[in-house]
Amino acid sequence: MHKFTILEGIVAPLDRANVDTDAIIPKQFLKSIQRTGFGPNLFDEWRYLDHGEPGMDNSVRPLNPDFVLNFPRYNNAKILLARANFGCGSSREHAPWALEDYGFRCLIAPSYADIFFNNCFKNAILPVVLNNKAVGDLFMQVEKQPGYAVRVDLPNQIVTLPDKTTITFEIDAFRKHGLLNGLDEIGLTLEKTEMIKRYEQQRKAEAPWLFG
Amino acid sequence: MHPQTLYDKLWQQHVVYDQEDGVTLIYIDRHLIHEVTSPQAFAGLYLAKRKPWRIDSMLAVPDHNVPTTVDNSEMDDPISRLQVTTLDQNCQHFGITEFVMSDPRQGIVHVIGPEQGATLPGMTIVCGDSHTSTHGAFGALAFGIGTSEVEHVMVTQCLMQRKSKNMRIWLEGELQIGVTAKDLVLAVIGEIGTAGGSGHAIEFAGPAIESLSMEGRMTVCNMAIEAGARSGMIAVDQVTLDYLNGRPYAPSGELWERAVHSWKQLQSDEGAEFDRETTLDVSALRPQVTWGTSPQMVVGIDDIVPNPAHESDPVIREGMEHALVYMDLEPGTPIKKIDLDLVFIGSCTNGRIEDLRDAAAVARGKQVADNIKQALVVPGSGLVKRQAESEGLHQVFIDAGFEWRNPGCSMCLAMNADRLQPGERCASTSNRNFEGRQGQGGRSHLVSPAMAAAAAIAGHFTDPGRM
Ligand code: SF4
Repeated sequence: MHKFTILEGIVAPLDRANVDTDAIIPKQFLKSIQRTGFGPNLFDEWRYLDHGEPGMDNSVRPLNPDFVLNFPRYNNAKILLARANFGCGSSREHAPWALEDYGFRCLIAPSYADIFFNNCFKNAILPVVLNNKAVGDLFMQVEKQPGYAVRVDLPNQIVTLPDKTTITFEIDAFRKHGLLNGLDEIGLTLEKTEMIKRYEQQRKAEAPWLFG
Repeated sequence: MHPQTLYDKLWQQHVVYDQEDGVTLIYIDRHLIHEVTSPQAFAGLYLAKRKPWRIDSMLAVPDHNVPTTVDNSEMDDPISRLQVTTLDQNCQHFGITEFVMSDPRQGIVHVIGPEQGATLPGMTIVCGDSHTSTHGAFGALAFGIGTSEVEHVMVTQCLMQRKSKNMRIWLEGELQIGVTAKDLVLAVIGEIGTAGGSGHAIEFAGPAIESLSMEGRMTVCNMAIEAGARSGMIAVDQVTLDYLNGRPYAPSGELWERAVHSWKQLQSDEGAEFDRETTLDVSALRPQVTWGTSPQMVVGIDDIVPNPAHESDPVIREGMEHALVYMDLEPGTPIKKIDLDLVFIGSCTNGRIEDLRDAAAVARGKQVADNIKQALVVPGSGLVKRQAESEGLHQVFIDAGFEWRNPGCSMCLAMNADRLQPGERCASTSNRNFEGRQGQGGRSHLVSPAMAAAAAIAGHFTDPGRM
């Protein structure tokens, strides 16, 4: 798995609360049996003026000039700034796959939906949680200053702004460790095989109807 | 012993290993699988040369992509077909039980689990689908997971989880005629908001919950995710046991007796503490209709479309303004004056037999209004369909001008051919009214089956209790 340590990049502001996973990657693209290639269809319904379907040549589709990711100043943005409850809705991991494939490795928002939040870590995307006020200030500054870039330092848990001020953020130790080391969680759990088997035996005796 | 909540009990029974850092390895009893979120997980297994840990815990079914037109059981869309045949091949390869498209038991994953008795009290149940919360209605710990976790459960039968906080929503009072479990849960979401349950496991309790059927309880838990909670749950009682007794995957004979004995413990102890508690009296609740693009944007049938100008929080206000533009609605419009183009009755929220009975009771002997281009009834499973047909409900719908379809997710998310065209307005019994959810540019209003049927007949929203 990929690692996440330090990322410096342009911030793109998506100024809407409750951005749902259907908006992040519309359902027609979930028909793919691959894990990659979702980037061109990230925010498809907002990003293009026509209706997108799998298999289209996205490079020739008409872009929506009013959608923020289509503003030239946010080309190559690596960090997405968002409002509360980002990623609500479905469990589709296609949402973080699309964000990652597009080039976002870090998100900043006041809160995220639980399943989406969890899915980010499985794909080496760091969802930073900052309070409402800090996020509000960031929105103002990003919109004021073209080329606004921040540095996100996971080992030290700080976001450094262009004027060198820093904001610290919280992250739980296990998730941080996983991102820093790019751990294979399945491999880690398989190391506990004996424990799992012991649990199973005990459970089979207590509640045999759960097996077979 | 310290009084425990239902969630605490379910959690504790499944702990394999507690790490020091607050992460717990928990054991998963039932893994439900569908075609959309599993192919990449199976691919991971092949790649790492790994095998499923316990195939008898797995049950697979294609539902999201399947066509629902009765005369067209072949799939026209080659990409959808590939996803479904990929599921078939993966299940065959590993020997996993799958209800394939032609199987009479095929249907929406969250309908068939309970229907088969594959969903049992006391289980941990996961699926790569957020509406897995549905199964919590049986006193189970059920939650949706992403594809990486699907792979993790397949290989290890476990998940690394962090315990959620406890929340209880206590529902007082008795529902009026024409007011259903769907209205109740929409009202709860309207009250606490779509992020109201974030980080929490919600237990729904109180007299209004106890008097619901299993179907109604499933509708409520189904939408826990729309309140931000990964899992919703309801304590086991006689209603639960009566529903399960005799189902194919449920235990029988002496094992049933033992199971029942253990399931009776599955309720929150007297005096158990919750991190959050909310109480709502539902006795004056009216049928609910969403007006916006989030399930929390909901009002009663007698109300009007709200005015964002009255909202003080700028982020919420902007969200409301945005939603009104998308929905093409003016503040102050009475809900009853909103004309519809389509009606959809189905989904894992409201595609069960009781839902179809509710809708048929309203539609019986009436005609779908002229302005309704299409009114779809999509049973949640093949067995629901069969049951409805044996009760003659299909004829009620057909005579009234509804289309009677084959089971699947259908227009709940429009991955198959059933979808809204841009600008079309739909009364839908599903769970999400997000932009584009039912088709790009489509406008969805979430309602109960009775309301959907009433709206189909009237051509606009109207009180189903009066029909
Ligand atoms: S019916 Fe709708 S919500 Fe339920 S599983 Fe299917 S797509 Fe998801």
